[in-house]
Amino acid sequence: MPQAKRKYQLRIPSQTDNLEIIREFVSRVARKVGFKDDDVGKIELAVDEACANVIEHAYQKDDKQPIDIAIQIDYQKFTVIITDRGHGFDPKKIRTPDMKEYLAQMRVGGLGIYLMRTLMDEIDFDVKPGKRNQVKMSKYFLDKKSKHADPKEVPSFK
Amino acid sequence: MNGFEVARADNGAITVLRLKGYLDAHTAPDLESALQKLIDEKRVNIVVNFKDLSYISSAGLGVFMGFIEEVRGGGGDIKLTNMSQKIYRVFDLLGFPTLFEIREDEGLALGSFSHPKSR
Repeated sequence: MPQAKRKYQLRIPSQTDNLEIIREFVSRVARKVGFKDDDVGKIELAVDEACANVIEHAYQKDDKQPIDIAIQIDYQKFTVIITDRGHGFDPKKIRTPDMKEYLAQMRVGGLGIYLMRTLMDEIDFDVKPGKRNQVKMSKYFLDKKSKHADPKEVPSFK
Repeated sequence: MNGFEVARADNGAITVLRLKGYLDAHTAPDLESALQKLIDEKRVNIVVNFKDLSYISSAGLGVFMGFIEEVRGGGGDIKLTNMSQKIYRVFDLLGFPTLFEIREDEGLALGSFSHPKSR
């Protein structure tokens, strides 16, 4: 039987050369709980995009600030919570871009949030600028449509 | 160590950049410098080989977006080759196959430049 909830945490300075360590951390845990390469790759990329946004936008490249990455696992899903204390943004202003329009204009940047929304099953922003900004992203162990399937099919934890 | 390398090979009027390692927000500036150098030298027929690239994020894709207009404006192109399925998926998710020529193999990309001239 799968175990109950589990939590893994990493606190790391807001430097782009730490993105590699962040990806490694998230991938290892995702693989350990049974995700295959394809989903590990999606989770890894979504978390990289979120943290790169924190470094560039929330902390505006101040490389001494902390980024907190927490992974919560329960029976159904793998959730990554990324927290910073930098400048926030209005999540209502972040919309899924019209890719056709985007490509026509060949704009640079701003692709990260689109990728995060596309790669993960759920995403939620909780923004309190200067106090605490949080993005919470989840991926279900089973296809989201069949998430209430037989719990025996949920990957077991070692 | 940076985890990312760009190897350059000039082949007549065409330049091949072979990427190795991971391309993210940390290493994207290295690729940016390599492409800027080519443009400064007026070498605009560019093939980028992804065979040894293990990872790419939107920061890496943004570099190609940042240069393609200028390169095409100069009569050249940036053609992308030898992508693994993992790398191709990221390009595909962001709609890049409609914007960039993506070839299976470096040789095919080299042959597809018509009468390349050094500019």
